[in-house]
Amino acid sequence: MQHRPSIIARTWSTPVILIAILLAVALAAVAAGSGPFNQTVIEIFIRVVLVVGLYVFIGNSGVISFGHIGFTCLGAYMTAWLTMLPAIKKSKLKGLPDIILNAKLQYGWGLLAATVFAAICAYVIGKVLMRLSGIAASIASFAVLAVIIQVYSNWDSVTGAQSSVVGIPIVRTIWPYFLCAVIVVAAAYLYSISRSGLALRAARDEATAAAASGVDIPRERLIAFVISGAMMGLGGALFAHSVGVVTPDTFYLGLTFVTLSMLVVGGMNSLSGAVLGVVVLSIIIQVLRWLEKGIDAGFGVISIPNGVQEIAIGVVMIVILMFRPTGMTRNRELVWPGNKLSADAGALPSPADGKTLKT
Amino acid sequence: MTAILQILFDALSLGSLYALGALGIALIFGVMRLVNFAHGDYIAFCVFAMLWPSIDAAAIVFAGNLPTYLLIPLILCVGAGLSVLSEILVFRRFRNANPATMMIASFALGFVIKYLLLMLYSSRPKSIDLWSNLSQQIEIFGARIPPLQVITICTTIVILLALTAFLKRTRYGLEMRAAAENFTMARMLGVRANLVIMLAFALSGMLAAAVGLILVTQTGTVDINMGANIMLVAFVATVIGGLGSLPGAVIAGFLIGGLSSLMQAYLPADARPFRDAFVYGAVIVMLIWRPNGLFSSKAAKQRV
Repeated sequence: MQHRPSIIARTWSTPVILIAILLAVALAAVAAGSGPFNQTVIEIFIRVVLVVGLYVFIGNSGVISFGHIGFTCLGAYMTAWLTMLPAIKKSKLKGLPDIILNAKLQYGWGLLAATVFAAICAYVIGKVLMRLSGIAASIASFAVLAVIIQVYSNWDSVTGAQSSVVGIPIVRTIWPYFLCAVIVVAAAYLYSISRSGLALRAARDEATAAAASGVDIPRERLIAFVISGAMMGLGGALFAHSVGVVTPDTFYLGLTFVTLSMLVVGGMNSLSGAVLGVVVLSIIIQVLRWLEKGIDAGFGVISIPNGVQEIAIGVVMIVILMFRPTGMTRNRELVWPGNKLSADAGALPSPADGKTLKT
Repeated sequence: MTAILQILFDALSLGSLYALGALGIALIFGVMRLVNFAHGDYIAFCVFAMLWPSIDAAAIVFAGNLPTYLLIPLILCVGAGLSVLSEILVFRRFRNANPATMMIASFALGFVIKYLLLMLYSSRPKSIDLWSNLSQQIEIFGARIPPLQVITICTTIVILLALTAFLKRTRYGLEMRAAAENFTMARMLGVRANLVIMLAFALSGMLAAAVGLILVTQTGTVDINMGANIMLVAFVATVIGGLGSLPGAVIAGFLIGGLSSLMQAYLPADARPFRDAFVYGAVIVMLIWRPNGLFSSKAAKQRV
């Protein structure tokens, strides 16, 4: 075993390939130079942050969480509070503490604060949730999402309740989003080859054996939950700065569904699956959006009814789960072709495909 | 005294609704370990089945015009039919999949149903007048109570008794209970898996239809999201009751209904919009104390 190369030497090509894919997307946006396309690419990077955030918890622990979008909501509002003009806050969001009310930070600090805030909330919530068994934890995470959304849609003096919070500084260049996506992909990779990540994957595949070998499952799950919560918070903050408006409803079941379907279609247990799922489903969504708006086919405008987009994604998701539950990537990671070591070791230390999701 | 009576009726009728929802979820979980995220959309679908598909703002009542004695069986059949159809088309292929995969598939199915309704009926809530005279209040022992509450409570009691009789006294009920206890063993002893599972789905769909009918009579509006809240409470109830335990789910449904009504009555006005958040908070605190629920069944326990 002494000659076995280290885990980084065997797996480093995965994050490099994924970042190269993201870079290609970014360069395509620069080359095209059109406003709407730019916005689409920004959306893709935000979704990469969110879906990779989901992957860090769901992929490594095998516990499905329906509550992560709650942290996205927390992050989005946090950056909104910190970066909006004090004058707007004083008229709309009077209930904020003075220190936040008078703050006017750069968006970079807003992103950081959102990440830290979401991580702290994830720690507190995770402390409780991680005690539950798999399915009960999934349902409880759904309840957590409902609690967060309900509080944010009723706490008038702090969140503006149902009405949208407007006036968040909008960032239109793609590079900050690209940078965040790269950081998140790298962090997710580093986590999954870390001691804690390996222990959690072992617990996912064989809970009894892992526990018998000294893996403290609730603790490892909590670590993954906090890291992924932080990423979700960052994604929420990026979202807020990309459109300039936040409402609680944005962060409910619709976004949960879209992000979860991207993860499932790509392959729940692999980082490459998370990134590829975002890219592929984003393309499908974009095409369907054009069709919903209507395209001029020469003899008249052809359009498909609203709702087809979601139905199509749902059907794709069900079909993938039926015929290929391990997703497009079959839960493997992308590796450099011809890289003998990586090919032998199967990239990230991944278990046999198939029955990898245990709760 | 009258105030307490009023709260009691509120609690019981709200609890009935939650209990019926929780039962619909627990029945399916019992036989095939599926947490059915599409249940809330079954509820909405059953209600929309009374309307003619149109994206106009005004609701065009179609089947809803039928006389009551035809309408109720029709809607129950719609619920059962949709539920069984989803079993045949989707869930049958996931028999050997793990619970997490099935759960995500049901989540996706729920979205497909919801957006199908959106496509046919638009996302705007519509008002519909169904037995609205049942909401006019009458006096019972000094408390002012709409007859609908009494009917809801009575219906629930009847449904619960009938279901208990079915499960305890008939051959199919016995097979279902055996399947919930140990599915593989039950099959080996001659329980027909497909029949039992389809039966469970049909019952669950009918329960969804019953919840839908009560809801739409209460609120007078139909909305594609109308089932979501009940479904969430029903999920939480099945977790508190101990996953897989039918009596546990029903009792937990009533407990949550009672807690909600008490909070609605006694919370300060400022805090009332956050009622559900408090209820779920209480539930989460309870789960710290008993992570496996109040009445956990053997089947739901994990090895580790």
